[in-house]
Amino acid sequence: MKLTEIAELLNARVVCGQERLEEEQDIAFASDLMSDILTLGDNFPMIVTGLCTMQTIRTCEMGNLDIIVFVRKKKATPEMVELAEENDMVLMECDFSMFKACGLLWEAGLKPIY
Amino acid sequence: MHLEYTIVEGDFVNAGSASSSIKKTLKQLNVNPSIVKRVVVALYEAEVNAIAHAYGGKVTADIDAGTILLRVIDRGPGIPDIDWAMQEGNSTASPEVRDMGFGAGMGLPNIKKNVDRLNVQSTVGVGTTVEMEVNLA
Repeated sequence: MKLTEIAELLNARVVCGQERLEEEQDIAFASDLMSDILTLGDNFPMIVTGLCTMQTIRTCEMGNLDIIVFVRKKKATPEMVELAEENDMVLMECDFSMFKACGLLWEAGLKPIY
Repeated sequence: MHLEYTIVEGDFVNAGSASSSIKKTLKQLNVNPSIVKRVVVALYEAEVNAIAHAYGGKVTADIDAGTILLRVIDRGPGIPDIDWAMQEGNSTASPEVRDMGFGAGMGLPNIKKNVDRLNVQSTVGVGTTVEMEVNLA
C-alpha cells in the first residue's frame, strides 16, 4: 500500500517526509512501549503509536524504523520533526484511536510482524 | 578508535545521542546494517537505563577491525540484585520513565539478546558498569 493511501485512509496529516509518499509499505507494528519497538529485529514495519515524544523518534532511529503514525490526536513538536527530517523519516498525525487506526490498516491489507 | 560521551542524570531530551553518533560512525565504516542495529539497540537501552536510574556517567566505545567494545559507566546508585534486574519484566523505573515508553523491565534482557558478550558489574553506593561487545564481522 502506498504511504499516500495510508495517509488518506487515516485522514492523517503528513508533517515530515512528503517526498516519500509514493513508497509502498506492507507491514505495521503498533505499540506505546519503546522497549517493544526495540525488539523487532530485522523487521522494518510502519510504527503506529500514541507515544509522541523525542524518545519515539530516537527509538525509531535506533531501530531503523522510518515511518511513524501518531494516533489519538498527538502532535509532533518542531524538535521531533527536525530530528525526523535528519533521519529521512515519514511522520503522520492521525486523530483516530489506536484501535480504529489499526483496524482500518488491517482491513486495507497491512500485515502484522507476528 | 576510541570515543567518549557524557551521560547526564535525567537528561531524556538527549537520551540516545551517543547511540546516534556511534550509529553514524559504524555506517561510515561500512559495518553490516544488521550488526549496526544490534549495537545501537543495545547501547540505546543501556543509555536510557543510565539516564533513568543513575546519577550520570559516561559511554565509551572502542572500535577495531573485528569488534566494538562499549562501556556504560555510571556513578550509582548501583544494582542490588543483578540476576533480578536481568529478568524480563523486573523494573524499578519511576512513573516518569514509564510515561516515556520505558521501564517495562525489558532493557537488560534486550541488551543481552543483541550483543555477543555482556558483563554487568555493580556495587551499591558506587555505580554500575555495563560492558557490551559485538563482533563486527
